[in-house]
Amino acid sequence: MTKKDDYLSNIEGYGRALRENAVSLNSYAEVLASRAIDIDKDIHAFARIDKERVIERAEELENSSRAGRLWGVPVAVKDNLCVKDELTTCGSKILEGFRPPYNATVVEKLIAEGALLFAGANMDEFAFGSSCETSCYGGAKNPWDTSRIPGGSSGGSAAAVASTEVVAALGSDTGGSIRQPASMCGIVGFKPTYGRVSRYGLIAFASSLDQIGPLTRDITDSAILLEIISGHDHRDSTSVNVDVPRYTDSLSQDIKGMKIGIPEEYFQSGIDKGVTDSIDAAIKVYKDLGAETVEISLPHTKYAVSCYYIIGPAEASSNLARYDGVHYGHRCANSQDIIDMYIDSRNEGFGAEAKRRILLGNYSLSSGYYEAYYLKAQKVRTKIADDFREVFKSCDCILTPTAPTTAFKIGERIEDPLKMYLSDVFTIPANLAGLPAVTIPCGFGENDMPVGLQLMAEPFAEETLIRAAHAFERNTDYHKRFAGE
Amino acid sequence: MGNKTKKKIITAEDVRYVAKLSRLSLDEDKIGKFQEQLDGILGYIAQLDEVNTDGVLPTTHVLSSMKNVFREDELRESLTTEAALKNAPEADEHFFKVPKII
Repeated sequence: MTKKDDYLSNIEGYGRALRENAVSLNSYAEVLASRAIDIDKDIHAFARIDKERVIERAEELENSSRAGRLWGVPVAVKDNLCVKDELTTCGSKILEGFRPPYNATVVEKLIAEGALLFAGANMDEFAFGSSCETSCYGGAKNPWDTSRIPGGSSGGSAAAVASTEVVAALGSDTGGSIRQPASMCGIVGFKPTYGRVSRYGLIAFASSLDQIGPLTRDITDSAILLEIISGHDHRDSTSVNVDVPRYTDSLSQDIKGMKIGIPEEYFQSGIDKGVTDSIDAAIKVYKDLGAETVEISLPHTKYAVSCYYIIGPAEASSNLARYDGVHYGHRCANSQDIIDMYIDSRNEGFGAEAKRRILLGNYSLSSGYYEAYYLKAQKVRTKIADDFREVFKSCDCILTPTAPTTAFKIGERIEDPLKMYLSDVFTIPANLAGLPAVTIPCGFGENDMPVGLQLMAEPFAEETLIRAAHAFERNTDYHKRFAGE
Repeated sequence: MGNKTKKKIITAEDVRYVAKLSRLSLDEDKIGKFQEQLDGILGYIAQLDEVNTDGVLPTTHVLSSMKNVFREDELRESLTTEAALKNAPEADEHFFKVPKII
């Protein structure tokens, strides 16, 4: 098997190959796992690959009813999604040895559809990062150029799909953590509406922003996975009780007359020329397909990063208060009293970026600063969401670049947190406003690295995004390009 | 120090104080670095002051349709003690074990 084997490129192709091959799933799984381990020596898309467990799972599937839309399909699961009794560490030393006593709801749903899980996809520690470099295991690498970052925080999920170690992956997106790495690795990444997918069993970062979604090679597979993982769950009170449409019905529909908003604020300074060129070409594809473009303005866009770096760390510092060495994870070996034990365990367990965000969050929530920072940010957040509500009166979806640059070099921004944060400038607004957003590959820019096109829509308008993304795919072949070809 | 020195938003003393609130203790050589980085970030964030938010309600939930979620107060299945203690760094029968408190 080589990287070019396109049977690993999507769910349908994989299923066909599996049916046509006489081999059993467990022998197949062994080959798949060995192959992934081999590729992963260069890519490091996984914190760990438990080959024995993969084969064991395949045996269970082999003896099952063979039902399920993902029967036998290898799907990577980000290291912050709980997989029962298997290491789930959020890329952090503070969760070393943690084996959750339950499955995340999305993991349950994948299992119910027969997916062959590959747990432990590499990620930035606690999803704090845009490059995957803050993982306590060392970051994943971009399959298109291993001297470059795969994006983050779901860098492992993106790299695992782009290098065809697996067919699809799940990630989480708090400020762009699915879309930015998918864009930088030349694949599709889908962040659903806030509340569309249950977050039960997702290790929390910022609870008002986090959402789980798929990373796949094409939009068809994202639609399939979205259909599977969406839905209300009483165990997550922020999950919404709204019927789940058949997302796959939105594939293959035409987009004549669709109104696509182009916000001027997303095309200003600081964007690579290769990125703007690819996006301009993509806009032309849409116009040729009969879509209508509308000039729009989202005037508060430039405040999104600031807003996010108050709200995100504030929620994170609260969520991370639970790591104290008492219930699970790392405990410092020889502390004299309990306060020292809390402090020493946290000091040893958290990496630099986690500490930075905890400090920033607690600072903005501390007495005397709460109103100036946290409350102010939540008000600006309202204005950002209002901007979107206003423009959706005149357009069906919004088209922008996913990231201002292509993948940068490993080490290039790690010492400059602010510069790192600014790589999420175009993805953060959708999280602040709770909107669904997708990135699809739309070309190659600086250093021949992939460029992603982002589409955003109103809450629960995932179908519009699928329609628009699929129309683009039918008329381009960027989603069929493989890293390393 | 000359007038050119920009006023710091967050001082080393603030960083020490927030670290204490956060149950973290930072080495002295790290404090300077965190102070510098956090000051840069807070300096950038200060742009929010430009936005007029008079009369704007802070976001409490991104979807305005969301209401409080209630359920009947009835017994449901939950984790067993054994499962809950399985990941504990130290446990003693039915309890999490920690260093002496008093």
